[in-house]
Amino acid sequence: MELFLFYAFAVLAIGSALLLVSLRNTARSLFLFFITLFGMAGLFLFAFADFVAITQIMVYVGGVLILMIFAFMLSNKELLQDLQHGKNSLMAFTRWQAVFVSVGFLVVLTYALWQWDSEGLPLWMQQNIQDGNIIQATDNNIPQLGIKFMTEYVLAFEVISIFLLMALIGASHIARKEPEND
Amino acid sequence: MISITHFLIVSACIFSLGIYAILAKRNAIMILVGIELIINAAILNFVAFGRYDKIHYGGQVFALFAMVLAAAAVAVGLAIILNVYRHYRTINPDQITDLKD
Repeated sequence: MELFLFYAFAVLAIGSALLLVSLRNTARSLFLFFITLFGMAGLFLFAFADFVAITQIMVYVGGVLILMIFAFMLSNKELLQDLQHGKNSLMAFTRWQAVFVSVGFLVVLTYALWQWDSEGLPLWMQQNIQDGNIIQATDNNIPQLGIKFMTEYVLAFEVISIFLLMALIGASHIARKEPEND
Repeated sequence: MISITHFLIVSACIFSLGIYAILAKRNAIMILVGIELIINAAILNFVAFGRYDKIHYGGQVFALFAMVLAAAAVAVGLAIILNVYRHYRTINPDQITDLKD
């Protein structure tokens, strides 16, 4: 049952991502991206990362995707252009180049994974499995995550919060309207 | 309990689709979506390996950091895309060829 649900989420994520990259209509692709993100959030649950899954839904669906749809609607002249001269580019050269490169990446990654898998698990993972230090389904992750954020990873946490503040100020500075002076 | 190989294969597929989106699309927003797919594949790997590390919780913590980085990248990237659109009236990267106006 667990494996079946995992495969269902995996097929959902990969299938909608496949459709996303093959569709011509950007608005539909963005809504398919939504489904891909939901599928990925479901996959995070199978690694017992419930907080990461919820954060994925809140940050991506609530923030990133809305932002992308706004940007798309503010620049939607491109959509009409794409629909107008879309027919002849089905066999375009760049498309086959892209297919070649991405399939090459997939083959290399799968081969590396196969090599890695045949050697058995790394030592630290074997050690942790032996000591019982792996996350179980009954563990309560969120208090642990909070403690780790405030103790072991506090420097990274502070750095990333300053970085996020800088990025948001920069984004709003870039995106503001220039005063009309010409 | 699902073995880690399953997670890694799914993440490899998502990564390849992200590479394809970056290379083949002629729309800057779709290229940004491709970058997001790649970051999501990386997050899936973080989370899948993080299950084997209960002492440090490194996988989940850095998955959250990666998510913050992705959100910041999208905010700045979309601001730049909007400015480029205002200036060139297109967001096709093939047609944006001038460094200076």
